[in-house]
Amino acid sequence: MQWELNTEKPVYLQLVEQIQAKIISGIYKPGDKLPSVRDLAAQAMVNPNTMQRAMTELERDGLVYTNRTAGRFITSDEELIKQLKTEYIAAIVQDFLDKMKQLGLGSDEIISYLNIIIENKK
Amino acid sequence: MSVILECKSLTKKFGSTTALFNVNLSLERGKIIGLLGPNGSGKTTLIKIINGLLVPDTGSIKIAGMNPGVESKKIVSYLPEKTYLPDWMKVSEAISFFKDFYGDFEEKRAYDMLHRLNLDPTKRLKTLSKGTKEKVQLILVMSRRANLYCLDEPIGGVDPAARDYILNTIITNYDENATVIISTHLIADIENVLDEVVFIKEGSLVLHAPVDEIREKEGKSIDSLFREVFRC
Repeated sequence: MQWELNTEKPVYLQLVEQIQAKIISGIYKPGDKLPSVRDLAAQAMVNPNTMQRAMTELERDGLVYTNRTAGRFITSDEELIKQLKTEYIAAIVQDFLDKMKQLGLGSDEIISYLNIIIENKK
Repeated sequence: MSVILECKSLTKKFGSTTALFNVNLSLERGKIIGLLGPNGSGKTTLIKIINGLLVPDTGSIKIAGMNPGVESKKIVSYLPEKTYLPDWMKVSEAISFFKDFYGDFEEKRAYDMLHRLNLDPTKRLKTLSKGTKEKVQLILVMSRRANLYCLDEPIGGVDPAARDYILNTIITNYDENATVIISTHLIADIENVLDEVVFIKEGSLVLHAPVDEIREKEGKSIDSLFREVFRC
């Protein structure tokens, strides 16, 4: 999976979000060992200090943890991952709803558009 | 964290032009720092002072506590704007040359990087394109285990793919004790790898801040901020 960084938001926040997305989508599975900070930084083409900061942030939320001798791992707490998934999706949907409201659409209209578009995709 | 570079009220004049004026700058170890400013703002002058090639008119400069000189040059790895290696040298000879010169030079790293970039060490420098010559120079400079790397316009002449490789080389080759100063105006290309930026305008330091702090506060990229600060 590619790392995509825009230039407006702080880089470490974008890294946090993208690692969260990888956890939610199952690219990183519960209990998986993460590559070293240096390797991840090289992959994402960012400064190792920035990647370290992203890791610290993820650790604080309990999504990753460090085993002093063995390295850094994704949490095995599936409940926590589920909760993250719910929050992550809620944020995207909220963003979408806000945009639709700006266009003057009500809830019923949004749902009918969604249905039409999903039907057409099939 | 310990300080690797300390400049105190540094001023340098060339005749009637002031190249640097009252620059106070303190850089910590373990950081990648962008030295940014338009043409003629004093970036190269500052780098040359760090390397002892120019002497400041007033003010002081300390590298790991030392004045610029033989001892400081042992721990500073410098990539100048212009190539200084003789054309007749083969790449392998340039490597031996660096090995003779610098105690902290790691030959194996140089050959590994050459190999990854598909560069032939038996070629003579004069047969290489401008961009390839730049890559060779950067490989030489980054193969030292230095404490401070001063890279003056390291990505100017190379294509975007090689640019990515070069940035990667920088990220993976410096260690926690070392600081890298990159002078450039190709900001968009490098801003993701920087810890901090230093803006110089007409010889004066106008900003020194962490990149993520700027993005958080200003909500814009370093590139856009640069365009604002230095609007012509």
